Parts: sequence; structure tokens; C-alpha cells
Amino acid sequence: MAVARNKIKSIGAAQSPLLGAAMFSPAILYILLLVGGPFFLAIFYAFSDARIGNAEMHFVGLENFRSVLQSPSFRIAIRNSFIFTICSQIVVIVGANILAISLERTFRGRGIIRFLILLPWVAPISLGAIGWKWILDSIYSVITWALVAAHIYKPFSAPMWLGEPHLAIASVLLVHSWRLMPFSTVILLAGRTAIPKDIPEAAAVDGAGFWRTQLQIVIPMMRPIISVAVLFGLIFTFTDMTVVYILTAGGPFDSTQTLPSLAFAMGIQGSDLAAGAAISLFLVPLLVILAYFMLRVAHRAEVN
Amino acid sequence: MAKGISRRIWGKVVHVLVLGTFTILLAFPFYWMLITSFKQNLDLYTMENNPFLFNARPTLDHLKFLFTETRFVRWLGNTAFVGVAVVAITLLLAVPAAYALARLSGRWGERLGIGIFLTYLVPPTLLFIPLSRVVAYLGLQDSLWALILVYPTFTVPFSIWLLMGFFKSIPKELEDAAMVDGLTRFGAFIKLVIPISVSGILTVVIFTFTLVTQEFVYALTFISSESNQMIGTGIPIFLVRGDVYYWGALMAACLIASLPIAFIYNLFLDRFIAGFTVGAVK
Repeated sequence: MAVARNKIKSIGAAQSPLLGAAMFSPAILYILLLVGGPFFLAIFYAFSDARIGNAEMHFVGLENFRSVLQSPSFRIAIRNSFIFTICSQIVVIVGANILAISLERTFRGRGIIRFLILLPWVAPISLGAIGWKWILDSIYSVITWALVAAHIYKPFSAPMWLGEPHLAIASVLLVHSWRLMPFSTVILLAGRTAIPKDIPEAAAVDGAGFWRTQLQIVIPMMRPIISVAVLFGLIFTFTDMTVVYILTAGGPFDSTQTLPSLAFAMGIQGSDLAAGAAISLFLVPLLVILAYFMLRVAHRAEVN
Repeated sequence: MAKGISRRIWGKVVHVLVLGTFTILLAFPFYWMLITSFKQNLDLYTMENNPFLFNARPTLDHLKFLFTETRFVRWLGNTAFVGVAVVAITLLLAVPAAYALARLSGRWGERLGIGIFLTYLVPPTLLFIPLSRVVAYLGLQDSLWALILVYPTFTVPFSIWLLMGFFKSIPKELEDAAMVDGLTRFGAFIKLVIPISVSGILTVVIFTFTLVTQEFVYALTFISSESNQMIGTGIPIFLVRGDVYYWGALMAACLIASLPIAFIYNLFLDRFIAGFTVGAVK
């Protein structure tokens, strides 16, 4: 059946390869020039001593990678990138599953609730992050006020949320999770509404309780869609520098630096293009792995 | 029976509690922007005041400051200008390409389509360093044209992907019939396919525009002067003078810039999600 369909498809579709090529080549050319070109330029810079404001450039081999790997800030950055990405995804996927279950039913005011829940994702992230910066302010933080009011801390002795390394890391994690939870929720919700209603109902008739139905039937059926949500979530968090840049600018003492934010600090603010390019290239291996899994999900969806 | 009813009531209570908690956690920063925007400085910066309440009369001072003493309106204009230009470029590149890949190029087109989707996964944080040199080489530093040149790198791949799915859902017989009636293949695309794809194209317009308003890394890297900022960079960077944060104006600006974007995005959400789910949901 599948074979027969493919044959018909290829006969019908290969109608005007020339016109087709004329129609897609401007877009392909643009992508090759402005995504492909810069990508190779980044590799090229990483093996050179390019600096902003210096036209001359020499090949220096692996020198940049060596000095980057030896710098303590880089080690912190790579550790943080993984901590932020993995921990926030765990928080997000648990939260998003719970939220998707509670949003699945229809109830009055569902539209407004959905709008409010979506705000962190749909509003520009730099603006959401500056909102958090105010909430986590060193003096006028509403969280600090609440903790003092609850007599957990004495006035003026409460911690500075963005000023101490561990708390700053926790704050960045919090904002990443906050930002991505709505995105995963709507994707999971789309997956849930695609499951035929009679399957969970049949399970309920057979005496399976709510949790058993969810854990043993619904969630396994949603595996492809959960992997889509997780893959995008990992990519968005791993490659983001906005949250860190706005909240802490990598501080205190580089303790919240991530690969992208360190690349910016070295490559643009520090004018050392070569070092910045070398740091950002460390994003590539994980991106390749994630892209591979993304392709597998897409391929499986195509086969089914 | 009574057990069933009490269980249902319990279920309702848990449902309300869970939804309520999540909604408050997720929406709180925006509520906080709202209340901060209308508080007098005296009220904002007195530590003994309960920050959840107005301890002094609400004020419009921050809004007045924002619209008269800062470049906020200019940033809104810049963002709209770049947004419109990028939408136009994206449509010109993505609509024909998506149609060609969905219809004219067979399996080859499908593979190319997936390849294009993968370029969407190449993040700005990988490309901003080499692109900053490209922009400098073209003499576009600190110009909105730099953003107009570069932003389609992330809007075009995703738009092609969204539109490919859309074009595939149009029955082939429609075009065949139009071609039997004497239209060329390209004529059928212009006169038939585009008009019936208006809603798909509109989705791309909205998606592209919201992506432009949300972008941060390129705007931060390429634009330096205050008057050329986009909202995403101007508000967090230029509403801070030295170490002084104008929190009232800052929060008002965040809210005013966020809400319209959030509202429009919300209207088209289901279609964007269809693009993200790469066919994992039918």
C-alpha cells in the first residue's frame, strides 16, 4: 500500500522540476549565503586570531580552543549551559504535563486562562526577563518583602537573589522554566487532543484509575509529541543568551555565564572574535545530536 | 453514590487549585509590571510599604515620562518598520519556495524541505559573531537595514516549513482543473493557489512579525545608538541610565510592548504549533 502510494506521488509530483528549481532557488541561495556562509566563517575565525578593529588575520591552529579550554570561565559556562538546559527541561516537562491535563477539559474562562498562561512564551523574552529583574531586585524585591513579612528573614538580612552565585543560578533556571512551560504545554495539549477519546474511556471502563490511565496509556501514546516538546525546549534553552544577559550579565564573577553569553562577552564586548567563535562552536555537537533526534521524530511521523 | 459526588467535588477543587497556582506563577510578572507602572516612586521605593497595594495615589507619571522623555515611541516605530520589511522579504522568498518544494520537486523537494527546517535549528548565538563582520563589511553597522538583511535567516526556514504543510493539504485536482482550463503551472500558482492559501500566508505574516519583535541577540550585536534600537533591546538597555533603573517606566514599556504581541500570537497559536510538531500530531 505504502509502496503504491509513493509511486503515484512521485509520478504526479515531478511535473515541473525546472519551474520548481526557479521558485525555490532564491530562498536556498539566501540561506546558503547568510546561514551556511557565516557558519563556515565561524569555523574559520575559530582557527584564526581575528579581532574587531584589526584587518590582519593569521591561522593559529587549535590555539583558541586550547586557551578557551584552560579558562575557568569557560568551564563554568559549559557546566551552566548543561545545568540550565537539563534542569529547566525537567521542571518544564513535569509542569507542562500537569497543566496540559488541567487545560484539556472545557470550562468557563478557559480562553482567558490560556492567554494568561501563554504570556511568558508570547511576550518578548528580554521584556519578560527585565520584569523578573525587578521582582528579584536586590532591595525592593517583592519576594524579599514577602519573606520578611512572614518573619522568615529579618529586614535587610534577606539574600540578594541575583547577587550570590547559587541563588543567581537558581534565578536563571527559574526564568528559563517560566519562559518555556507555556510552549511545552500547548504542544502537549495538541498531542492530547489528537488521542481518540474512546481509548482513555475504555481504560476507565476496564477499571483503570485516573493516574494509571495517564501513566500507562495516554503518556506512552504521546511519546513522539513529548519528544518534540523536549527537543525544542533543549534547543531554545541551550542556545539562549537573553535571559542570562538581562538578569545577571553572566555575573556575579562569571558564575552564571553560559556558552552563548560567554561567546558574546569575549567575542563582541571583548573584541576577541576568534575566542568568541571558538566558544560558540561548542554549541554545535549537542545541536547535531538534537537535530538527529528531531529528524527521527519527523521520519517516524512520515512513515505512520 | 455519595462517594461518587464527593469524589467529583474533590476533583473540581484539585483542578481549580492546580490551574490557579500555575496561572498565578506564570502571569505574575505581568501583573507586577501592571501595578508597578501606576505606582508613585515614593510608594515603589519605601521598603515598609506592602508592595501588593497602592500605598499612595496611582499615577500616570511613568507613562508620561516614557512617552515624552524617552525614545520609546521611536523604538516602536523602528520595530514596526523592520517587522514590515522582514515580512515582505520572507513572503517573497518563502511562498514560492514552499510551493516548489511541496508540489514540483517530488521526494527531492521533501528532503530539501527537511534540510531547510534543520537550518532553523542553527541559533543566532552561533552566527552573530561572523554576521557582525559581514554587517561591518557591508557598512551596515548601527543600521536597521542590518536587521532587515539578517532576520530572514530565522523567519524564512520556519515559514517554508509551515507553508509546505499548508500547500500539501490543497487537493491536486484543483490545480489540474485550472491547468486544463488553460492556465500555466505558474499561472495556477498565482491565480489559484495563493488566493486559497490566504490563511496560511497570514499565519506566516503574524509569525514572522512576532519573531522580529522577540529577537534580541542580533539587535544587541549590530545596533548601538539609542535612536536605532528595537523594543527588545531599547527597553532593557536604554531605559537604564548608568545604574539607575526607572522601574515604573521600564515596567510600563514592557507591558505596552508585550500585550499586543501576546494577543496576536494567541490568535494564531494553533497554527504555529502545527509547524512545531513536525507532523508528530495529525
